[in-house]
Formats: sequence, structure tokens, C-alpha cells
Amino acid sequence: MTSMTSVSAAAPALPRKPRKSKAGWNLLGLFVFLTAGFPVYWMLNTAIKPAKDAIDPDPSLLPTGFTLDNFRRALNIADFWGPVGRSLIVSLTVVVIGIIVGMLAALAISRFAFRGRKIVIVGILAVQMVPLVAMIIPVFLLLNDLGQYDRLTGLIITYLTFILPFTVWTLRGFIVNIPKELEEAAMVDGCSRTTAFLRVVFPLLAPGLVATSVYGFIQAWNEYLYALMLMSQKNQTATVWLGNFTTKHGTEYAPMMAGSTMMAVPIVVLFLLVQRKMAAGLTAGAVKG
Amino acid sequence: MTAADTTTPAKLPPSTRQAPPSPQTGGPDTPRRKRTAKGAAAIPWALLAPCLLILALVLGYPLVRLVTLSFQKFGQSQLWGFQPAESVGFDNFSTVLGDSEFWDVVVRTIVFAVGCVVFTMVIGMLIALLLQRVSGWMKTLINIVLVASWGMPIIVATTVFKWLFDSDYGIINALLSKLPGVEMIGHNWFASGPQGLAVIMLLVVWGAVPFVVITLGAGLTQVPKELEEAARLDGAGAWGVFRYVTLPILKPIIVMLTTLSVIWDMGVFPQVFVMRGGHPEAEFQLLTTYSYDKAFMINDYAQGSAIALLTVLLLLGVIGVYMRQMLKIGDVE
Repeated sequence: MTSMTSVSAAAPALPRKPRKSKAGWNLLGLFVFLTAGFPVYWMLNTAIKPAKDAIDPDPSLLPTGFTLDNFRRALNIADFWGPVGRSLIVSLTVVVIGIIVGMLAALAISRFAFRGRKIVIVGILAVQMVPLVAMIIPVFLLLNDLGQYDRLTGLIITYLTFILPFTVWTLRGFIVNIPKELEEAAMVDGCSRTTAFLRVVFPLLAPGLVATSVYGFIQAWNEYLYALMLMSQKNQTATVWLGNFTTKHGTEYAPMMAGSTMMAVPIVVLFLLVQRKMAAGLTAGAVKG
Repeated sequence: MTAADTTTPAKLPPSTRQAPPSPQTGGPDTPRRKRTAKGAAAIPWALLAPCLLILALVLGYPLVRLVTLSFQKFGQSQLWGFQPAESVGFDNFSTVLGDSEFWDVVVRTIVFAVGCVVFTMVIGMLIALLLQRVSGWMKTLINIVLVASWGMPIIVATTVFKWLFDSDYGIINALLSKLPGVEMIGHNWFASGPQGLAVIMLLVVWGAVPFVVITLGAGLTQVPKELEEAARLDGAGAWGVFRYVTLPILKPIIVMLTTLSVIWDMGVFPQVFVMRGGHPEAEFQLLTTYSYDKAFMINDYAQGSAIALLTVLLLLGVIGVYMRQMLKIGDVE
């Protein structure tokens, strides 16, 4: 609220003396920067400081030293590479299936006019809105019946519930933005529909495919609830692995932050790479609507 | 459904309307346009088939099961197959709806979700506006931080917040204690429900603001400068420009973001679950954790399903608004 009033107070002066008011805005920006970034900073800070400094009741805001001990401890507290491997298998398989099946479906709803198309679109959109948590009970029972409880295949099947609709919808957005005329021109020049797609649409779609895959991968990787519910302790995935730092004797915070860092950094980097593309795809048509 | 009807009725090629899927039509001398429309009728369904099949198995079946379950008696003995699941009509619903604890949870969930959505949207809008006014380098810095916090896995973010708000060694307590007259060392944020949920709300908002800022920021760049200037010449202050120029133009994005946030924030689960070490106390229960508890702690899967179903019903209106907006935006050409 306070910044709202300062907006109205300072903005009229903007055209006359831009230099001075910029400084004020930058100060406010600095505040936002520090507040929003603090949790990430504190995670990194705790991860690299000696564990005994982490349990100082009057902690120093600046790094007190540099050590990799916390990371070593994090790797030893419970099997780390097993969960990471399982998460990788699940996420990659889900993404591959999702992209192949999703691309076919996205093509159908964006390049063909057919009866029932609207219903399919509404359906794909609607199923994305069903809260995952609401589905956990029947999914658990389904996998139980299929004998897929505590199996990676069961988890893969389950993850398709949210990755597939998301992939179809996002790819649809990317395909719609490729002019139909390009394909038509190729077809006039003698390409079949399939070759027109492979030679014209596919290369243009490739960046969108990559972005959607990476994004889908991140979502699958980050999933927690199903991974926790459907897998036993010995088959846990990476997100559930983070829970190992809390035992009945308490929580080992410094190694836990080291573990968090190991989990977060690769994902954040991947996310930084594709974020712009995804955000653009999402909002491309938003304002003209 | 209605949205699709209103946005696209006349745009389908007329030929597809009367043509049922019949691949044998379309000889070599029919006009090309008509042939693609008719002969291709089977192709889109063939392309869609794998997707629809998978969704029917992994999503359709559980959805149906969710509904039937909530009308059955289904506990441990039915799970192991010792007893068949018998239908009990609306018993589960009357048990749930007659439980005053359920209504407490509903109210708590709504207050929590509304709080999250309002803070997310207001803070997101303020930061998006601020980003237009700061220098380029500051904008880059803030954007990096926002994307980093957006990309943080929820589970990691929750773990980090747990550490920030730790009662003995948490930095937040240490920092607050530096303020004159405040003694917070050892303060347990999770001793009471409202305070603990406020921390969880902060966590949710922190994670949700970046998406709002970046989406609104993209929208703000498309607000025509001339319109703002014209309004300013007509005597509008900064607030007037925002209220009568910026806000109406951004309205579709805002509706979309708000409805999405409501859906997401009503579905908050891991944050509460992990913060409370897997066993949220009664004061921390939201609809999602409550349903989970009933199903997997008390082993009453039917009642858990009934609660989940009621949650979905509660969201239905919001989902409707979201879909309308998406279909309007999503140029169902």
C-alpha cells in the first residue's frame, strides 16, 4: 500500500526530472531485489558456511567461511545418486512420451478442422484444472490394482496426468503461431502433408519443443506428493530425498541447505534457459484478446 | 463449453459441419479444399487417439473412480480385498458435511487462498509497475532474482523457509530481535495455526509473485504510450492513468492470473505437509491435507474422496471463468 501512494505522488514529476526520481525507484527496486532474493541467498550462505556457524543464535548475514563439508555430509546422509537416477528416469520418460503423443494431439487440434474439436480443446483445458491432490486417492487405488505401486512405471503413468495436457496445450500455442501458409506453399510445391510438416513446420517448432520438454521435465522432477505416496522409502525420488535430513533427533540444517542447493541449482539454471520462451508463448495472444 | 460456442461458431468451414467422418468420399476431381476437409476427417482423430487413450486411462478412470468411491464404503478391508466395496449413497457426504471440523477447514482454506491470491496479485502488480520505472541494470537484477525464485522447486523453497523461520537458529527471529524492544529468539512460528499459516502464505506468495510480475510485465509493454499520455494531458494523475488506461487493457491477463492463482492456492499441499513434518495439526489443516489425512491416516478412502470431490466442486466456478478467458485469448480460430 505504501508504495502505491508513492506511485501516485511521484509519477507526475517523472517527465520533468527523471534523474532524481529514478534514484528513488532504484532504491525501492533494491529493496525488492534483497527481499525476493534473500531466501535463495540464505540457502547458499548456509550451505557453504561451517556447520557450527549455522547454529549460532546470532548469525552473521555475511558468509563466515567456505567449506564443502555440508555437501559431503548431504551426500552421505542417505543414498543420493539412487534417488537422482530414479527421478531422471521418470522425468525423461514422461517427457519423451508426453512430447511425442502431445505433439500429435497438438497438431490435430491446431491444424485440422473436424467435428468435436472444440470439445477436445475444452477437455484438454479442463483436465489441467483438476487439482492433483484430489486425484491421489483413486490413482493410489488404480496403481494398487494394477500392481504398479512402488514401481517407476506406476509413477511414470501417474505423471502423464499432468504433463500430457500441459504439453498438448503449450505445443498448440507454438503451432498456432506458425503461419499455415508456409505448409500450404510447400504442399503446392509438391510436398505431401507429412513431408510439409517434417520439412517446414518441424524446424520452426523445434525451439518450442525444446522449451516445452525442459519445462515438462522440471515439473516432473519437482513433483513431490505422488512421489512420496506411491514410492516406498527405498525407492524414493530426489524431492523426497530432501526429507532425510529431519530425523527424530532433529534437523541438520546446514547439510540440508547443501542438499537443497544441489537440488535447486540445476533446475533453476534449466529454468532460466527456457523461461523467456515459455512466458512469451503464454502471453503472446493475451493482450489482443 | 459456452465460451467455445460464443467465440467460434461461424469459423469452422461449412463443409465439416455436414460431413461425418467418411474417408471414401473425395474423388480426384472434387475441388481440393473440399477434399482435404472431408477425406482428412479421420486423420485428426488418429493423431489424437494416443493422447486420448492415455488420458482416459490415467485421468478419466481415476476421475470416475473418485466419484464412485465417494458413494461407497471403502476402508482398509476393502483396499486389501477382504470385503467388497458397497454403495452407501450420500452417507459419506452427510458425514463430512455434518462435521463442524470440515466447515472450519473450508473457511480456513478459503481465507488462506484468498489471502495468497490478493497478496500475490497486488505485490505482483506493484513490482511489475516498479520494473517499468527503475534503471535497466536494476531491472535485470530483479528479473534474475525473480526467475530464480520462480524456478526453485517448491519442496526446496519449503525447506529453506522452514530454516529461515526456525525457532532457535532461524535468521528471521535473529533479525527481528535486532529491532528495539523485540525479543523473538526461540519464538516458535508454528505454535499457533494462524501464525504458521501466515508463514506458509508468505512462502506461497514468494513463489507465486514472479510468474505474475513477468506475465504482467509482458502485458504492460503492450499498453500504448499514447493512451497514457493522452490521459495525462486530460488531467489524469498516476492513479487515474493506472485505473482507467492500464487496468482495463490488462484485464484479460489479470482475470487469467487471478483464476489460475485461486486454483493453485486452493491446491496448496506440499508446503503445509512438509512444514509440519508430514502431520499437520488440526489448526493447519486445509482441504487438501484434510482429505489426505482422512484417506491415508484414518484409512477412510471414501470420505477422503468425498472431501476431494467437494473441493473440486468448490473450484468449479473459478475454473469456468478461467476457461472462458483462456478460450477467448487462446484464439480458437
